[in-house]
Amino acid sequence: MILEIVSSVLVIAGAIFAVIGGIGIVRLPDFFSRIHGAGITDTLGAGLILTGLMFLSPDWTVTVKLVAILVLLWITSPTATHALANAALETGLRPDVDETEEATSSS
Amino acid sequence: MTYAAGLVAILAAVWLLLSGYFDKPLLLGLGAVSVALVVFISLRMRIVDDEGLPVQLPAGLVRYLPWLVVEIVKANVDVALRILRPDLPIRPRVIRVRAGQRTDVGRVIYANSITLTPGTVTIDTEGDHITIHALTEEAAAGVLSGEMDRRVTRVEGRG
Repeated sequence: MILEIVSSVLVIAGAIFAVIGGIGIVRLPDFFSRIHGAGITDTLGAGLILTGLMFLSPDWTVTVKLVAILVLLWITSPTATHALANAALETGLRPDVDETEEATSSS
Repeated sequence: MTYAAGLVAILAAVWLLLSGYFDKPLLLGLGAVSVALVVFISLRMRIVDDEGLPVQLPAGLVRYLPWLVVEIVKANVDVALRILRPDLPIRPRVIRVRAGQRTDVGRVIYANSITLTPGTVTIDTEGDHITIHALTEEAAAGVLSGEMDRRVTRVEGRG
């Protein structure tokens, strides 16, 4: 019973973060900042949902598989994100930044 | 040879954990054959080395990962709140920092950690310099403080 409550809280929290990530993708102004919104869904959204499911797993082999999924996701998603961002940069898309900010920081 | 033994141990552990079979001789035997085959092929491909099997990493990662998870959660909450605020308080900026890691694996861990943390994304790497897109000034300051860089360098160990 307690496990179910803990699990539900985590899964719902994860779902909320996943939705916030989606809202971020829509609201943020340019490609590079939208990536940050997707990052929320990738890390905390997926992380909380998978952690929540671990509390419901009938035996430890299922938990092991969920951990494996989480580890794989946390390695592949930043790699994919970087591939996307780098591809955009390579094809000439420039981040929409405050000019003065860039001048002081790109030294 | 040490690496080959390590690879056998890891593959066997993965096989056992994913299958969950411990008392079926036929399946365990087939698992052993699979492990042997993969190790044989890996040896022939000459990928069983320090980079293919970074045995020195796990000890450092055990200390690094909890810190990283806490940082990721904090950054997530920060970015999520900014996204939800009607005035959308972001100040995107691009910064370049030096990655102090000696090995490629170390730099990959550092660049991936930055990307994994919402608010900062690694957009380019050249040599030991990485270019980062930061969503906010605070996120950029967090990377510039170099704490993550130092911690990842410690994960590398003496190697």
